[in-house]
Parts: sequence; C-alpha cells; structure tokens
Amino acid sequence: MSIKDYESVIGLEVHVELKTKTKIFCGCSTEFGAEPNTQCCPVCMGMPGTLPVLNKKVVHLAVKAGLALNCTIEKHSKHDRKNYFYPDLPKAYQISQYDTPFCSNGFIDIETESGTKRIGITRIHIEEDAGKLIHNESETLIDYNRCGVPLIEIVSEPDLRTANEAVEYVRKLKNILECAQISDCKMNEGSLRCDINLSVRKKGETGFGTRTEMKNLNSFKFIKKAIEFEFVRQVESVEKGEEIVRETRRFDESSGKTFSMRSKEDAADYRFFQEPDLPRIELTDEFINEVNAEIPELPDEKKARFMEDFGLNAYDSERLISNIFLSECYEEAVKNTAYPKILANLMISELPKIFTEEFLSDERDIPAKNYAEVSDLLGNNEITSGTAKLLMQKISDEYIEPLAYINENELRQINDGETLKKLCLTEIENDPKSVADYKKGKKTALKALMGKVMRVTSGKANPNLVQEILEELLEL
Amino acid sequence: MGISEKLMSVSDIAKGLNSKVFSAEEITRLYSKRIREIDDKLNAFITVTEDNALKTALDSDKSRKNGDIVPKLSGVPFGVKDNICTKGIKTTCASAFLQDFIPPYDAFAAEILKNSKAPLLGKLNLDEFGMGSTTENSFYGATKNPNDLSKTPGGSSGSSAAAVAAGEVPFALGTDTGGSVRQPAAFCGVVGMKPTYGRISRNGLIAFASSFDHIGILTRTVYDNALILSELAIHDKNDATCLNLPKEDFTESIFTGIKGMKISLPKEFFGEGIDGEVKNAVLSAAKALEKAGAELIEISIPHLNNAIHAYYIISSAEASSNLARFDGVRFGKRAEKYSDIMELYKNSRSEGFGKEVKRRIMTGTYVLSEGQKDKYYEKALKTCSMLRAEFENAFEKTDIILTPTTPTAAFDLGTKTSPTQRYLNDIFTVSANLTGLPAISVPCGRTQSGLPVGLQFIGKKLDEKTLYKAAFALEQEVEF
Repeated sequence: MSIKDYESVIGLEVHVELKTKTKIFCGCSTEFGAEPNTQCCPVCMGMPGTLPVLNKKVVHLAVKAGLALNCTIEKHSKHDRKNYFYPDLPKAYQISQYDTPFCSNGFIDIETESGTKRIGITRIHIEEDAGKLIHNESETLIDYNRCGVPLIEIVSEPDLRTANEAVEYVRKLKNILECAQISDCKMNEGSLRCDINLSVRKKGETGFGTRTEMKNLNSFKFIKKAIEFEFVRQVESVEKGEEIVRETRRFDESSGKTFSMRSKEDAADYRFFQEPDLPRIELTDEFINEVNAEIPELPDEKKARFMEDFGLNAYDSERLISNIFLSECYEEAVKNTAYPKILANLMISELPKIFTEEFLSDERDIPAKNYAEVSDLLGNNEITSGTAKLLMQKISDEYIEPLAYINENELRQINDGETLKKLCLTEIENDPKSVADYKKGKKTALKALMGKVMRVTSGKANPNLVQEILEELLEL
Repeated sequence: MGISEKLMSVSDIAKGLNSKVFSAEEITRLYSKRIREIDDKLNAFITVTEDNALKTALDSDKSRKNGDIVPKLSGVPFGVKDNICTKGIKTTCASAFLQDFIPPYDAFAAEILKNSKAPLLGKLNLDEFGMGSTTENSFYGATKNPNDLSKTPGGSSGSSAAAVAAGEVPFALGTDTGGSVRQPAAFCGVVGMKPTYGRISRNGLIAFASSFDHIGILTRTVYDNALILSELAIHDKNDATCLNLPKEDFTESIFTGIKGMKISLPKEFFGEGIDGEVKNAVLSAAKALEKAGAELIEISIPHLNNAIHAYYIISSAEASSNLARFDGVRFGKRAEKYSDIMELYKNSRSEGFGKEVKRRIMTGTYVLSEGQKDKYYEKALKTCSMLRAEFENAFEKTDIILTPTTPTAAFDLGTKTSPTQRYLNDIFTVSANLTGLPAISVPCGRTQSGLPVGLQFIGKKLDEKTLYKAAFALEQEVEF
C-alpha cells in the first residue's frame, strides 16, 4: 500500500474570541496588547468570595454565530465547570458549557477542487479564556489579562479529508464570523485558534481510526503543515504495523513536526458539573429573531448574488467574497464598468497584495471607480493586461486617474495592424535564428520574436495581434 | 455560668441611640470591653477590630449629632463570621491557608452594614470554610458554648451564635450551607435565620457549596432578626443568583398573631434518632402555638430522610471545585518547599487545609469523577428536585412547617464520633438548603441540665414574613 491509498479524517475545534468590550464574567477590558496584569480584577483573578456575572453581549454574539452557521439554537441552556489545575486558570476551573451548548447541528459550505462540499458543525458553546504563562530562563510569570476573555468553541464534524479542505474551512469560518461582526478573528493575536483532530484510514473505508489531537494552531500555514505532517506520520506508523496512540501532540513551528505531549491514559478527568454561581439561561424566540434580523448578507448569499448578477463563476466569486474589503470594493466598482468579469479578475489578482492591513488602516478612500475604468480600458483593448496591472498599483499608491495617466505616458495599446506588421518584419529580419527554429517546428521560437516586439513597444503592442501577424508572416 | 445574661437587643440599642440615652461610642466601648473580658474563655473571635469599630461609632455619633437621617442600624455594633470578606480586615475562614489573607473588597452584606455605620467589632470563628457543626474544625481552636463551657456551640457559625448568646455582640452575620446558622442558634439559645436562597447576596461570602450557601442572621430576638433582614435583603447585581425584588420590611406583620395559621409537623422528623427532651420541648412548644390559635397538621415528606445524603454529595462536589482556587499561586498559603508546580499545589494544599476540608474535597472529587458521577452526583440532584416537589406539594396545604432544629441539645466538646455520625447533626436543617426555602431556629425551651433547645420553622419561598410571625408568637408563648 502506498500513501495514496490513505485518506485523513479531520475534525476541527476552533476557538474564537468574541468581539466584546468587556470580559465574559466581569467588567474588565478585553483590549489586546495591554501591559501584563493591567486588565484584571478580583473576579477574573478568582479571588475568594467573588462571583461571575454573565455579559449579555456574549450570549448575543454566540447565538448570532449559531444562526450565521446554520445551527439550531438551544433555548434552555446552562454553564458548567471544567475542573483542572493549571497556573493560567485562576479558579482552577473554566466556566464552559458541557451538555447544553447554545448551538448545534449547523454547517458551512466550502469550495474544493471537486466542487462545493458541506462541512457539518457539531456544536458551538461559550467559555472563558485562560491567562498566559511567560517562561523565561529561571521562572514562569503569569499574565492574567486574557483570563475571562469570552470565547466560542466551534466544533466541526469529522468531515474534512485534506489539509486544503481544513484551511478552506477555517478561512470560510473566519470570513463568516468577520462579516457578521462576531469576532475580529485576528489569528496573530490569538483571537482565532484551532485544535485539529486527525486520524487516517484506507480510502473507501467508513470506520474511524484512532485520532490524535494537535492544539492551538494559529495560522493557515501551520494548520496545513501540521495536517500534512501528521497524516504522513500516521500512515507510516500504520504501514509499519504500529498502533496509533490516542494522544495530544504539539506542533513545532520551526521544524514543522508534531511531538507527543500526553496520552489519553493520563488525560485529566474534568469532572464537569453545572456552574452553581450562574442561573440557567433561557432564550426567547423573540430574542433569537432579533439577533437573526441583525445578521447581514453572509458570504454565501453574496457569492450567489455575484454569480447571478455579474456572471462570475463560483471560484471567482468565492475569492472576492473571502475578503470583506475586496467584496465591498468590487460592489462599488462594478457599477461603473461594462466588464464585470475582467474587473473581478483584475481585482482578484492585483488587490489582495495591495490591501495590506497597513494600507487599510490608513482609512483612505478606496478609488473603486478608477479600478472600474481600468477594467473598461482593458475590456476595450485600449491597454494591455500588463498596463492594467501597473495602473491598479498606481491608482492605489499614487491616486492616478487611469485615462489621464495612459495619455500622458503614452501607454495606449498599439492595435494598428500596419504599424505592428512593420515592427514584426524588422524583428524577423534581425533574428534569422529564431525564424529558422520556428520553421523547423520549434513553436517556442515565436515567443522570442513576440518578446522582442513587445520590448520595442515598451509592452504596448496588442499581444494577440502581434502573435497573429508573426504567425502569418512566418508561414509565408 | 453568668456570661449568657440577657443583654440589650438591637432594637433596644437603636432606640437608645436615637433618643440619645447613650452614644454609639459608649455602646461600642461597652461591647469591646465585654469581648476583652470574656473572649479568652469563649474563643469566639479570630480578629477583634476595636479601633475600627470605634472609628465607625464616632462617625455614626457625628451624623446623629448633625441631625442627619441615619440608617436603622447606625451605631449598632456587630460581628461577622470569618468567611465573609471584609475590606482591609483579615478574613481567614478559620483556615491556615488564609491566615494572612486580607481581602481588598467587602462582601455585599458587610458593605451594607458599613454604609449604615454599624461598628464592626471583629471576625468570628467557624469550622474551617464552614465545614463542620461544632466549630472544632478551626485552625484557631474550638469555640465554647456560653451556656456551658464544656459544650460545643454548634457550627459552623458556632462563634456567631456564641457571641450573640454571650452578649459580645448584639447581632452577628453567619453563613448557613446545611444548617450552620440554625444549629448553633439552637445550641446557644438565640434566633438564627436562613432566608430564601437569593435574598441576601453571596457576593464576598467565601464559597463552600454555592448552591446551598446562604448568609444568615443571628440575634437575641425575633424582631431584631426581621429588622436586620430588612436591611440586608437588597438586590446585588454582582451576584447572578441574588433575587431582584422590591425592598421589604419584615418587621411589618410580626405582631399580627397566628390565629388560623396552618402549621405542619412532618412525621419523618419526630421518629427515631431524636433525643426525648428535645422532642418534648418541641412538641410542647407546638401545643402552645396551637393554644395561640394555630392549626397543627401532621404531614409526610418522604424524601426528607434522603436529604442528608444528597446534601453531603452535592455540597462536597461543589466544595471540591470551589476550594480548588486555593492553589498557592496567587494568595494565601504557599508551601516553602516545592520543586515544580505540581508540588507547589500539593504541598500548599496539604499544609493549608485541615482534615475535614480535605475529607470533603476528596469526597467531592470522587463523586464527580468519571464512572461515579451518575451514581452519586446525578442521583443526588434528582433527590433534590424530588424534595423540592414534595415541599411544594406540602405547602399547598400548609403555611409553615415545624421541626426540631437538631436531634439533640449541645453535646460535649471533643466528643469522638465518626464523620458520618457527626453529619447526622444536620439531618433536620439540610432540606431547607437543598430546596432554598427560608428557615429559622427559635429557642423553645431548655433541657433539664439547662441547655437550650431550638425549634425550626421552614416557610414557603420568599415567605420570611410568616416565619417571623410564627417565631415571634413562639417567643411570646414559651418561657426561655
């Protein structure tokens, strides 16, 4: 058997920090990046006699997440304590939800190489985050700022089969949560973290193998690498006739490998029980409806609309809607162009690298109308695609007006057949070797000649016309 | 013995202050002096805060002198059980673990009294973290019963009851998780109220078993008790389980009599295991109430006998979790010797907790563990809900339920009994904690050797008024 005969079965637990000003059980700020231990109080420090009081906004956002992810909302719910000792957990229990999660039975659709795939969401529950340990050479310090920051944990069904699907799932999830303003999903600040459950089996089998868990992955790159490594590791073990151990594994970012942390046998018994300091949560239909009404057009709806209204394919629509700024910009620009598909392609290929966080945080006006003008110029064959790319960049960096800019810099595409024919003849004369090669059947020689024509015209020649003319001349 | 002589009640003191018979300073000095004189014998106080009390007293006198409208309890001194947080004042839970713990905040109830300018005389001894019914499980040693120094004052609020009975304080705050206010009130001969769950905020009460923990009130008279509950039953937004109800005056209907009141005696509580003298005192008190116009009914609450098991399972389970925060990392005891974090936990907790606390943590951890949880914890929860239903059912036919508070009167300090035997002390009191119903213990007589006997009334949810009415009638009817 080779590795090609195996597939991985992957389920993800994604922890997402909710977008609230204050913590889940006290009034402390949730702002990221403050000096250590400046955003904590007796409640989030677990001091004796203190009590939690639930931040209502947390319930609101959790229900919103459930609705956005097509879940059933549990109207009668409660909090439970998950008991374990760790220095970053002041009360020595985490207030979470055990058997009555707010949301269950949802799904999201992702685009894969073989089309759209539905990924089930088992459950979503709310819980509090723990603090952060800072290890240095001689001691360990504790920063409690993050204690009590509200989280939702989104647990998927084991429906994912490849690293790419897993990445696509997280990307889509992030997209939906950002769009509905449930979370900032800043992976570099830890506000979206991912635990990966992975097992392997032979293709065609339906049962599950023994799974391992990799905790706290916080970038797409690491999610991908961890899955790829762990898949190969497990397949190799199975092939060698070894048994996979149910265990938690640590992904090492520098080596890209996973290492055993602890096996299930010495795993903690969390002794879950109902949190007696908080009353049960009863949600009304009215409340759920109110929250539902706040949910904006979600990425999938937008995607369908883009396909329908602008004639885009699923892939292009997905790329556009996957970035809020991109989709907003597209919607603004598309009003002003006769070529929505060209506009989409230009924006998908050029703008993501321009829309950096720095660029967007500048709060400048994004000149959507000018992008539309570029797509018209390209659509009308007035500029080459190379010029179009240049213009996209210049519009963003220097606020140029595309039409004025190409006139000033003489960037219009040369579409005149006679002019181009002259240029082509000159190059044919100057390069007998390429001509000879071409005639011998080496079709790539044409590219060399084309390149020369493009060079003498500073890239302005209409490449399709040049190709046609050269072929014509050389066939003679 | 002499030291349990009747002293002034809270309302006597409030009247005296308002009519300027004496000042808050004078009254505070009087009580402080008494504490100095007798507390060596009683060992009721862990911390005496005389200076703090005098400061508050002077402040209270000043506002009275200015003619300000003052709260009812302004200038009335009191004591607080040492598991209720007091800002800037050591709060130890009678545990080695917290012997140096000074909270940077007040419990909500303590804060109300502070804002009323009631002088805090000090912090009162208890069974460590409220776990026990003799006040012997204390890092600071046992408290003695002022009626007979060889006897236990009960527990865990033994010192709150003893201090009130001995006249060291006019009133005290206690806490009641399974009977910890009512049982010592019965043993010491004072009035002890555990109101409905959620009446008084638990914010700042160092948790033992959150579902059953209540702050309770110990006073010399029923009227005083109602007066203080009226001040403390205020909604606190920082306790999610605290009820948001309009403010009530519980003294209002106290004098209206009990004519036609239906009082039920559950037969389960008058069978085996109850001391003859206690039974007689309680039954003759019931007769006296009947004479005063009440109607006595015998009822049955079948699950009463299972209540004690459910109580110890759930309370230990919650305790094992509530006390996990005492890990030696941020506050309280930290062992001097440890080589890694696990040892820091183990050593700090081994050194910081007493035997009974460890027993309950272990029991609680066990009953929640995988494989055991269904057998114990889940089953106990079911008992709890059945008990609640049975009480609800009973209250359709009755206004109030009457029981002995304890199976016996106060027993000797140092009595060697097994923990499970000791747990039976709470057999009559725990059901009010499991159901959250209000319950009060009132003195109803004495044994031949002169020890007080307590009678318990259990009321409908939020119906403290009827409890006070019946308790007041009893106070009038029986010689104590």
